[in-house]
This record gives sequence, C-alpha cells and structure tokens, in this order.
Amino acid sequence: MRIVPFLLSSIATAALVVGLNTQLPIGGSKSPRLGYFLSPQHGFWQNAEATNQSYTENLTIKGLKDKVDVFIDERLVPHIYAENDLDAYYVQGFLHAKFRLWQMEFQTYVAGGRLSEILGEERLPLDRFFRRIGMVYGAEQTMERMNKDPLMKATVDAYANGVNAYIKTLKPEQIPFEYKLLDYKPEQWTPVKTYLFLMFMSYDLTARGATTDLKMTNAKNYLGFESFDKLFPNIQDSLDPIIPKSTVFTQPSFNPIIPKDIDSIYLNKTNNSSETIAPLVPNINNGSNNWAVAGSKTASGKPILCNDPHLGLNLPSLWYEVQINTPTHNTYGASFPGSPAVIIGFNDSIAWGVTNAGRDVIDYYNIMFKDTTMQEYWYNGAWKKSSHRIETIKIKGKPNLEELIAVTDFGPVMYDRSFKNASTEGKYLAIKWTANTAGNGLQTFYQLNRAKNITDYQNAIDTWTCPGQNFVFASKSGDIAIKQQGAFIARWKRQGDFIMPGTDSSYDWQKIIPSIENPMIVNPARGFVSSANQMPTDSTYPYYLGAASNFPLFRGIVINKKLTTMNSITAKDMQKMQTDNYNIFAEMARPILFKYIDEKLLNVNEQRYLSILKKWNLKQDIAEQGATIFNAIWDSLSQEVFQDDFQKAKQPMPWPEDATLLQSLLKDSAYSYADNINTKNKIETIQDDILLAVKKASAYLQQLEKDDKLNWADVKDTRINHLLKIPALSRLHVSIGGGKNCINATTEMHGPSWRMIVHLTDEIEAYGVYPGGQNGNPGSRFYDNFIDSWAAGIYYRLLFLTKQDAEKNEKIKWHITFING
Amino acid sequence: MKIITAIFLTGFLAFTIGLFTILPWWSFVFTSFIVAVAIHQKPVLAFLSGFSGLFILWTLLAVLKDTDNEHILSTKVANLFPLGGSYWLLILITGLIGGLVSGLAATAGCNFRKRSSFNKKIIR
Repeated sequence: MRIVPFLLSSIATAALVVGLNTQLPIGGSKSPRLGYFLSPQHGFWQNAEATNQSYTENLTIKGLKDKVDVFIDERLVPHIYAENDLDAYYVQGFLHAKFRLWQMEFQTYVAGGRLSEILGEERLPLDRFFRRIGMVYGAEQTMERMNKDPLMKATVDAYANGVNAYIKTLKPEQIPFEYKLLDYKPEQWTPVKTYLFLMFMSYDLTARGATTDLKMTNAKNYLGFESFDKLFPNIQDSLDPIIPKSTVFTQPSFNPIIPKDIDSIYLNKTNNSSETIAPLVPNINNGSNNWAVAGSKTASGKPILCNDPHLGLNLPSLWYEVQINTPTHNTYGASFPGSPAVIIGFNDSIAWGVTNAGRDVIDYYNIMFKDTTMQEYWYNGAWKKSSHRIETIKIKGKPNLEELIAVTDFGPVMYDRSFKNASTEGKYLAIKWTANTAGNGLQTFYQLNRAKNITDYQNAIDTWTCPGQNFVFASKSGDIAIKQQGAFIARWKRQGDFIMPGTDSSYDWQKIIPSIENPMIVNPARGFVSSANQMPTDSTYPYYLGAASNFPLFRGIVINKKLTTMNSITAKDMQKMQTDNYNIFAEMARPILFKYIDEKLLNVNEQRYLSILKKWNLKQDIAEQGATIFNAIWDSLSQEVFQDDFQKAKQPMPWPEDATLLQSLLKDSAYSYADNINTKNKIETIQDDILLAVKKASAYLQQLEKDDKLNWADVKDTRINHLLKIPALSRLHVSIGGGKNCINATTEMHGPSWRMIVHLTDEIEAYGVYPGGQNGNPGSRFYDNFIDSWAAGIYYRLLFLTKQDAEKNEKIKWHITFING
Repeated sequence: MKIITAIFLTGFLAFTIGLFTILPWWSFVFTSFIVAVAIHQKPVLAFLSGFSGLFILWTLLAVLKDTDNEHILSTKVANLFPLGGSYWLLILITGLIGGLVSGLAATAGCNFRKRSSFNKKIIR
C-alpha cells in the first residue's frame, strides 16, 4: 500500500464529505448542507416537480371509514366527496399536508415560540415574546375546552390523522424544499397545532394593543392627557359606521363602574410608564372589506356577498381553496392550511365572510411584586401568591432555555426583569387578553359550513370569542346581515387604552358584553350591509368601543357611498368595485393642500408636480403619478406638523392618524401643532408647513423621476414574500395599484389576501382569487400562478360541483381515490 | 477500455445506492472506492474515472429533473445561491461536487489497491 497517498486521499475525501455535509454560516443565517442539498437523488432537485405532473393516484391508507373521491381541477383546487364528515376532514388534512406541509408546520413554530429550534439563537427574542404573551397556554386552554365537545374533538383529531397519514407516506427525498434548505425534518402533527395556528390568527388580528397600549401610555405621559386627547381623539367626524347612524340601541344591560382614582392614578399621574416594541407587530392594516347587497339592488334579484380580507401577503399563501362535499353539507371556500373546515366561503344555501372588528381585547396591568422572585403581588390591599409557568425553548446548537413566567389574576406577566428593555426596567406588566383564555376554536366555522339560513348563521357566530370579527351573511332565500361578534369587554371610557394599575381589582375587566348586545343589522332598508374595520356604530352605542385610532375610517366611507348609489348590480360590478383604486382620503385632503399653498413661492418643478396633482383623477392606478405626488406631499406634511412635537421623546411614540390631521385642518386654519416648537422666534402656520412639505416632497419626487419611478405602482413596489423572506422564493415588483385608503387596499407587503364574490342565484355563481397558488412547493408551476391574475383584477369562476358533475367536468384534471386499508 | 468500464460502474453503483434514500447522500463514496479497488488504474486515471462517473450521473439526473420542471426551481435556487439565476451553472456545480467527492474516493481506492498488489508480489 502506498500508505501516505492512501491516507491523504482518504482524509481528503472525508474532509470534503464533512465540509459538504455541514451547514456553513453565511451572513446572519446558515447555508444548507451543500452535498445533500445538491444531490439529485436526495436534495432539492427532487422537489423540481414536472410541469406535466399527474396528481391522479389510488391511495390505500388507514383511518378512513369509507371511500373518498377527490377531483382536482385545473387550478389544483381539490373537490372532496366523502360519505361522512370525519373522512372529509381526514382528507382535507392529507391534502393540506400534501401541498402545504412545510408552511403549516412553520406557522405553528412561529406561533408556539419554537423558531430558535430550527433557525438558531437569533430568533430567541421572538420565541420568548410569543411564549410570554401566552400563545401556547392559550392554545392549550382552547383545546381543553373544545375537547369536551366530542364532535369538535373528533373533527380536529381526524384532520390531524390525515396530516400524519400523509407525513407517513413521505420518503426522505420527498420532504418539502424548505426542510432541505434549513436542514430539519417534519414532525408529527398534533391537534394542539391547529389551535396554535388559530392563536396566531388571534395575535395577528387583535394584538396590536400589545404594542399600541405601551406607545399610547408613553404619549399620554409625554404630552399630558389633554394634548394627547387632541392628537389621538376619540371622535371621527366623517365616520360612516357599520351600523347606520341614527340606529337606536337598547339600554345596556351592564354599566361598568369607573374606578374612583382614575383621574389621578390612571389618566394623568402614572408617570413611570413602560414601553417596548413587539418583535413582530401586527400590521395596522390587518383589516378587510366585506359587504352584501340584497336582491332589491341586484340585476338578478338575488343577493351578492363580497369579502376581501387584508393581511400580510406571503408565499405560500395563508389560504388554500377547497370544496368539501358530504351528506351533511356542500361547502366551498378558502381554508387555512393547519385547520379543518372552510373559513370564508359559501355552501348550497348561504355565503359568509369576515373582516376584523379591531376592538381592543388586550390590556396591560402594572403589577407590584413583593420582591424579584415574583412569588407575591399586592392585590386589593394584601399580598397574593402568584403561580408560575415554565416553558422550555429549544435552541439549535445550544442548551435549552427555561422561560419562567409568573402568572397573576390578570394573566401572565409578560414583561419582568428577565424580559425587558431600557424603558420597562423595573416594571412587571401582566397581560390580559381574550385570546389566551379559552375560546371556541373552530366551532363557529364548523357550523357556518353547514348553515342553511339566518338562524343557523346567528347560532354559529354567537359563541365566537376571539378574534372579534364582522361576520357578513347572505342567503339564497334573500336575507342579508352583518354582526360584529366576539368577546368584547364592557369598558368604561378609555379603559385599557393605556397601561392600567394592577394593584386592585377595580381596574380589571368587569364583564363581557352579552352577544345579543353586539352590533347587528338584518335586511336594512338601504339594501346593503358592509364593513371595512371602521367603528361599528356611532357614539350612541352604549358601550365604549376603544380608541378611535384602532379603526380605519376611509374605506368604509367609499364603500357605503358606492353601494348607496349602485343598482341592478351584477357580479362583474362587484369585481370592479373590489379592485377599485379610488382614494377617498385624497378626495377630502387634496383641496386643503391647494387652499393653503401659494404657488408663486414654488419653483418650476414644484409647480409642475402640483399641476399633475391638480389633474389627478384620484385613482391610485398603476401608472398614476398624481398618486405618488399626493402621498409624498401628505407624508411630508404629517412630518412637518408633528415631528417636532415628538422628537425629544426618548420612548417609542405613536404617530397621529392621517384622519386626525385631516380633521384638524378641515376645522381649524390656526392649528396649534402647525408651529415648529424648535423655531423660537417664529410661529409657523399651516401655510408654512404645507409649503415646506411641497418643497421637501418635490426633492424626493425629483429623485424618483430621475430613476424613472414616478408611477404609483413603482413607488409602492408591492411584493409577496416567502415566509422566510428569501427574495429568490418571493415575487417582487408586482405591478398593482391601490393603497391603504382604497378599497383595493394593496400596500407594499399587505393587501387583499383572498377576494371572493358569491352571487346567490339558484345555481351559485362565485368568483375568487388570491395572490399565491395552491401548491406550496417553490418548484411547482402552481406555486404562484394566481398572482398575475390577482394583480390584474382578474377572478376565477369557482367550480362548485356535484359529484356527478365533477366526474365529467372538463376542468377536472386529476382524481385521487382514498380507500381505507 | 478500463476507464470506460470504471466510469460506467462508478455511475451505475452510485445511482443504485442512491435509490436507498434512507442512506446518506455520500454513500457513493464506498461504491466509488470499491470500483477503484476492483479496476486497477493509475491514480490519475482512477480519479478521472471516479470523477466522471458521478459528474455524468449527477449532471444527467439534474438535467432530467430540470427539463421536466422547465427550470422553475433551478432558476430560483440559482438566484438564492447566488448564481445569477443560471440553472446551467447550478447543474454544473451539482456535477462538480458529486464528481469531486467520488474522484477523491476513487483515488483512495486506487492507493489502497496498490498495497494489495504489492503484498501479493511479496508473498509470491
């Protein structure tokens, strides 16, 4: 043997294998194991799905009662035909896993505070945040409660069994792409993961308060309550609420008692505030539109229901279309990978949709512990024992972290000495949130899937707790309705807008408003119902709705304005309306700019921008330059007016709403905040501010023009990110108009996540589209194939088929049969 | 033609052992080693055979997958790495990595064989 060459070449081989089999650090993240990832028989090449791939197969799996047929149409939407409900949910779980396994598991890693386990230590702050806010606890509570209902338990279990049945069929080389990229493996699906996912939705839709309550407290302490109340008022002059104004509400069944010391302790004198920013702040635009028009306003004489929930836009998409057909129901719509049943959709008799209520259901209480061990806290004049919860966070390549969370009567202590930042130093803040007390999970949607009429609809939604939603409804029999439903707290005015004292029970929540008193209308005279996250009622509603800044104002105005004037409405009209880019805010704000600007003081370029703005049709369409100019000037103006008032603040501050500035300028030409407090010898007027804003915006606009990016869509630059925010797996530079105050509320990374229109004719005529694709595999042609249609405002006719029709429909391309065995 | 046989055997055995995806991706190290022991060549030629066997196999398999996929995934991965979105470059790198590992394993096998023949001579 040539010992030295043999050893050398052996060592070289081994070293190379080890090198190619190790994740190497690149930037902040890690590379895949290169040899594994590139191996054509093991790695990512296996995920390169043939574009002519057939999905037809016969599967024999354990756990079904009967045969199940799944017909898959040309858009990869499955139509499930099962002999019983549990088989249908089993197969729904199987299909979710087959097409979205990585996503559905990843989402529960986020929600359950487990990202460090797969991505390493950098994700620890987010994991700790989610553990401490009570995500796992809340999911467990809800599961425990729902498990007492045998039907719901069986449903969620059947779904989990279906997911696991799919995981079991997976050969090592078939695991989804992202597992190979990040180098981990799928684990078993468990029912609690479904509840964790639903907790995430609750977080996304109701937990802005976890951040805003802190910021609002800072602002109140920094500005004093009087000024605060001016900048963050609780009145919206132009409000067009969900329930029409002048509706008479019955006397409240309960009047919350206002604590005696509220003025001294709560509103003015809680000087030592605390603040911090959640690492993943729910988007303020997490809203939505929904409406239903009665037969009296449609061409067909039958109602039409529309819904487009606005959420963060991601790939793989949050939504997955499905039709579920069993002897008990026949339902089509958008489902959540991770959860059984349809969330937004329709069945043979009715259609329903949701928008976010936006009510405040999350509060902080400032806890006084006896000492740093957090064993006892001062409550109603005595020391009370707290309990403790330990959550174990696994960290890739590091020892586990044991997260100790004290639990008080109010809820878990989110911020303490171990989880804090400079401004929460020394504070103990307990969080009280309707989501982490037991909810009813999926029951509402389970019942909506089967609802036949308005009574079923009401029974289905009346138990819904969190996140509070505006449930819109329409039926073939001609009824339309909308109800804001959730567990909402009967609050005294301003209760929970700021951090509350946690030393006695007088600041605690006193009662949940009975469901029957939640705002609702059925078949109103005006012939339509609608919601767009605005305040549900005017100020005559007998309960405090929460800070006005929680409720976007303008989409609701334009929707109601349009629906009021429209008649003989068709589904096509509704498509046009849902994708409308008209900016009603600009309609109200543009005249103010021109009222106060002295164009003689502007240079040629600045005048040119203003003349484009003057001619603008107020639509934020793709190529409109006026939209770019308007938004640039308005943002500069907001900065000019408010920045000086906040710039000395050391803590994070909320920014006043556009609506507040607009209202102030409409009312008051001598707006006191117009003055720049940094200029000692001069009192700036609103004229000065607008002039400066135009000049500053023009400089920015000139730069844009130089880069040939003055068109609105180029500036907005909408993108649909992969969940890992990897650009190569995302769709960048999607050409689409719209914006935050338009019905088409598409912003940079946020917007209509599912557009649906259901015309309740005898044979249902339904349309839908979402910015994604049915297959979560980046290597599939179905990964992002809906995006271009969505951006262009094109809808797909939804195939709602009987089994007989499915067997011979030309748009059905594949057929999977599931047989028990 | 020893080298042709060696290349073919290296590729064929690597493919076969690669079908058992429960085994690690680098299992062909052993087959390439054995081929080089069994088919005695000069070290340079052994390396070349080992390299070519896997280079051809991995390139071919990647090209087949990629063609059926119309470059959807390879283009994304080639942007991720970053290779400027060039799927050809990605296929080439795939082949090179498989080839390099196999070539080294074959070289080790070749040098191992040298000992066996040498020992035999001594015994005679």
